[in-house]
Amino acid sequence: MSPDVWSQIFDFSNYGELVVLLQNSIIAGAVLGVVGGLIGVFVMSRDMAFAVHGISELSFAGAAAGLLFGVGVVEGSIIGSIAAALIIGVLGSRARDRNSIIAVLMPFGLGLGILCLTLYPGRSANKFGLLTGQIVAVDDPRLNSLIAISIVVVLGLLLVWRPLTFASVDADVASARGVPVRGLSIFFMLLLGLAVAVSVQVVGSLLVLSILVTPAAAALRVSSSPILVPLLSTVFAVVSLVGGIMLALGSSVPISPYVTTISFVIYLVCRLIAWRRGTGTGRIQDAGLALSGKKAVEQ
Amino acid sequence: MTDPVLTLRDARLQFGARTLWQGIDLDVHPGEFIAVLGANGSGKSSLLKVILGQQKLTSGSIRFLGEPGRRGDRRIGYVPQQKLADDGTPLRARDLVALGLDGHRWGLPLPSSARRRRVDELLAAVGATEYANVGVSTLSGGEQQRVRIGQALVGDPALLLCDEPLLSLDLTHQRAISELIDDQRRERGFGVLFVTHDINPILDMVDRVLYLADGGFRIGPPDEVLRSEVLSELYGSRIDVIRTHGRVIVVGTPDGAHGHPEDQLAHHDEPEPGGGAL
Repeated sequence: MSPDVWSQIFDFSNYGELVVLLQNSIIAGAVLGVVGGLIGVFVMSRDMAFAVHGISELSFAGAAAGLLFGVGVVEGSIIGSIAAALIIGVLGSRARDRNSIIAVLMPFGLGLGILCLTLYPGRSANKFGLLTGQIVAVDDPRLNSLIAISIVVVLGLLLVWRPLTFASVDADVASARGVPVRGLSIFFMLLLGLAVAVSVQVVGSLLVLSILVTPAAAALRVSSSPILVPLLSTVFAVVSLVGGIMLALGSSVPISPYVTTISFVIYLVCRLIAWRRGTGTGRIQDAGLALSGKKAVEQ
Repeated sequence: MTDPVLTLRDARLQFGARTLWQGIDLDVHPGEFIAVLGANGSGKSSLLKVILGQQKLTSGSIRFLGEPGRRGDRRIGYVPQQKLADDGTPLRARDLVALGLDGHRWGLPLPSSARRRRVDELLAAVGATEYANVGVSTLSGGEQQRVRIGQALVGDPALLLCDEPLLSLDLTHQRAISELIDDQRRERGFGVLFVTHDINPILDMVDRVLYLADGGFRIGPPDEVLRSEVLSELYGSRIDVIRTHGRVIVVGTPDGAHGHPEDQLAHHDEPEPGGGAL
């Protein structure tokens, strides 16, 4: 590769000034990391990775429509993702229904978004950003709205954390124990819609999975602890986002390749750790099985 | 005799034009172990749903501990069919048990020594101490069922409902899980309703059998219900009950009836369509 290409990817001249200039983006990244890391744990335990992707396409459509009709990108993307989240939540309570509904909604959302963008007469860089992320200077009002929505999502999650865990892991038993499984599911979809909408702002709709799914999936590779998994997942998401933004500052490449690469590498490392421990835990597992088997025979 | 834990009087459940069962009078006493048998779609799982308050009786009454049945009564423990948790479960065995204690409460679970003690106690009671800190998704089927029984018992229930808890376990684990339930109900004195398609693993443990078929039912000790003439009368066709090597085999049940709501939901009720083994 020619040095020219490298200087496009990494260029750290005037870096200090850029960091100051774009500190809002970095704060936004850190906040988003917390949101994505926490909600990602539930996305994983509810097996909703595909739903996240579907919602983000509708969020893109909403953002594009918001741009076209002058409603505002943020407002449009929130409306789009909440509408998608509720449709998926209400119609797709069973996994199989859910997948087909998402598969139907997703291309429609993408098509609608592309239509709106094509009709939009403004700058094209802005358009591209909705799909693949952008590191435009996040102004104060926008940062404030992002933080406000993030606080709503995190507080909402903390409020229902325990019953939502129960309902996500075993809906039948949770329901038998009086947990309002259906209501929690809709509530979770609302929070997920909001989380996707704020993520689309920074990483773009095609890459939302890298903050809402990959960090949690990586954390689950190395731990099963209900405390450690959300903590690790959050750390992974924050590192991916803030790290990605810091690297992207010094380049003309969009933010998303950096974020997705860091998040992917973290995932690979976690898999590697799990694999290396695999032989060890396998042995412990066998011992446990042998013990319980022995007891069964004794009884 | 002590007051029954659960009382059904003239209970009837109907889906559309189809009557699943009617006229059921049943008292479950503390410490009593009752097996619920019947062909696929005879309304076994629906009976559990009625007791859990998730399904209303068409007519008749249900009382639990002297009160009308209601939804989400936590004095009822519930162990469903074994379902392997997937990789996306951020819980260890002890966390799953703890959910049975306070999983219905809002907010974050805060560590407390009383909570931990109670969970440890139950893990020990069900023989799951060795894998208390192992992720649920890496447990074997038998281990998972032990943990789930611990979860169902941690809230000290008066009644334990089991819906095919032995499904997809091998014979050794079927035996171990059945014995665990049997021991615990004697020790703790809760009543057990155990829905199963195969009575054999629990044949020598159950006090009574509730056999559902074709809208009718029989209740009684296994020796009185699991007889050719009784089941033939219940089904209205010839049924042979064969006892061999301490096992009961029911031959000739008209299984695989279709076109009722349970079929779609619980067609895996009977892994052997055509019904060789009961």
